[in-house]
Amino acid sequence: MILNASGCLDALSAPDVVRTLDAFVTKTVTPVPREGNAPVRIAETEVGMLNSIGLANPGIDRFLSEALPRLLELGPPVWVSVGGFAASEFADLCARLDDTGADVLELNLSCPNVAAPEEEATAIVTAARAATGKPLYAKLAPGLPDLPAVAEAAAAAGADGLSLVNTIRGLALEPASLTPILGTATGGLSGPALRPIALAAVHAAYATTGLPIVGMGGVETGAHALELIAVGASEVALGTVLFADPGAPDRVREELAAEASRHGFDDPLAARGAAHASVARPADAR
Amino acid sequence: MTPSRSRNVSPSRLRVVAVEAVGPYALVRLRRRGLEPGFPGQFFMLRPRGPLLPRPMSLCLAFGGELGFLVDPIGPGTRALAKLETGEEVDVLGPLGNGFDLDVDRPLLVGGGIGVAPFPYLSERLGSPPALLGFRTARHAEAAALVPNAEVVLEPTYVTERLEPGHDVLACGPEPMLEAVRRLAPDAQLAREAPMACGYGACYGCAVEIDGRLARLCVEGPVLGGRVRGQAPAVAGTVAAA
Repeated sequence: MILNASGCLDALSAPDVVRTLDAFVTKTVTPVPREGNAPVRIAETEVGMLNSIGLANPGIDRFLSEALPRLLELGPPVWVSVGGFAASEFADLCARLDDTGADVLELNLSCPNVAAPEEEATAIVTAARAATGKPLYAKLAPGLPDLPAVAEAAAAAGADGLSLVNTIRGLALEPASLTPILGTATGGLSGPALRPIALAAVHAAYATTGLPIVGMGGVETGAHALELIAVGASEVALGTVLFADPGAPDRVREELAAEASRHGFDDPLAARGAAHASVARPADAR
Repeated sequence: MTPSRSRNVSPSRLRVVAVEAVGPYALVRLRRRGLEPGFPGQFFMLRPRGPLLPRPMSLCLAFGGELGFLVDPIGPGTRALAKLETGEEVDVLGPLGNGFDLDVDRPLLVGGGIGVAPFPYLSERLGSPPALLGFRTARHAEAAALVPNAEVVLEPTYVTERLEPGHDVLACGPEPMLEAVRRLAPDAQLAREAPMACGYGACYGCAVEIDGRLARLCVEGPVLGGRVRGQAPAVAGTVAAA
């Protein structure tokens, strides 16, 4: 139940880290290769990290011929994150992955520049659903004006689960020059600042959809992971913490078991939804 | 509970022996425990308590059970490293990346500013070859004492004004210096620098232009050019040799 967040681990550079995960999620694959954004691509702030990588990836052709066969040999189930600029592109990517060994397809619906997110989510998930029988998870950005509505739209269109949340837009300045550090000025903020935002998103989506949810956003410890499960996550993904600590999956898994046990849960997943008033808690919580 | 299915990939927690001032820089000396020093030019990710992300530092010295890192305290991460006190602990991952190719006939180390950081260890491994080091001020040039056989120049003189042909140049310093060195010595091995969040290929943050394309410096570098070969053993399986 410990995964990596898409884009936060390169399996072929760090196979031993991947083997500590319960499933590996790829960087987002797009229809054509993308070199990514010009540097500077990362910046650290007091509350998190900004990135502007720009979906660097080899494109679906080379992903299928070169990367995926090697990823499947590593052991853990492989979730493939896909991204496009139109529903037809998502459908094409899903169709091409349909007869591969990928376990789950994650639809990166996190583009923040969409005018009508519910309609967009409906269109993309409907098209992807028609193209593949594989489980589909919709990954959403936390800055949506009405995240539960988009989550419901994805569920109604056939999504099997949700991945919550992607980064939120931020900007950092070079103190001396007062100019943006990142080459693209703004980027995605991850790390500790995202934690309460992720909790709110998972809390809302669990209440409205009841779908399985991969919770992610600023998780550094087992206690953080248990909180995400308590608001409704069925899996937990690690992102920024992997950069400082590639040993985080094993550590967080151990801490999570201990933390759940301390709260009276036999299994961490028994805590799922415990933050919602309607969910029964263990009688002896301490 | 899923049992761990792989080797340990966590950073090592190393104890600070001492932090010594070297001009405006800080030499952070750590008890190395089982950590290997690796090849000169390889780097380690150092994370003191405080900053979210670790900082990439090339190894400066390896002696007597210690690893030494020369730090220029210019930002929150490097300042936290420079302020470490004896007995405190630092998380250290490495050695990472590809170091210098040591199979050279007439080595000359060319460095500028904090770019001299990998040279003490490199000099030791190459048998104290000549070095040409440039600094902004006499105070910065105190770091030259760490490098045997060094000729020092101060601004406004640049190292490239003293660079004679006929050497195998191994260089580390600011980008404009490296570019100028490469124009004079096209086969020079250049140790480059980029902001990095992870150091092991995960974050894609350290992309630099290499041969006209963007590539991750931590995986393909940090030493580039010349006859450099991927020579880093995969550290805890976390880094693929380029």
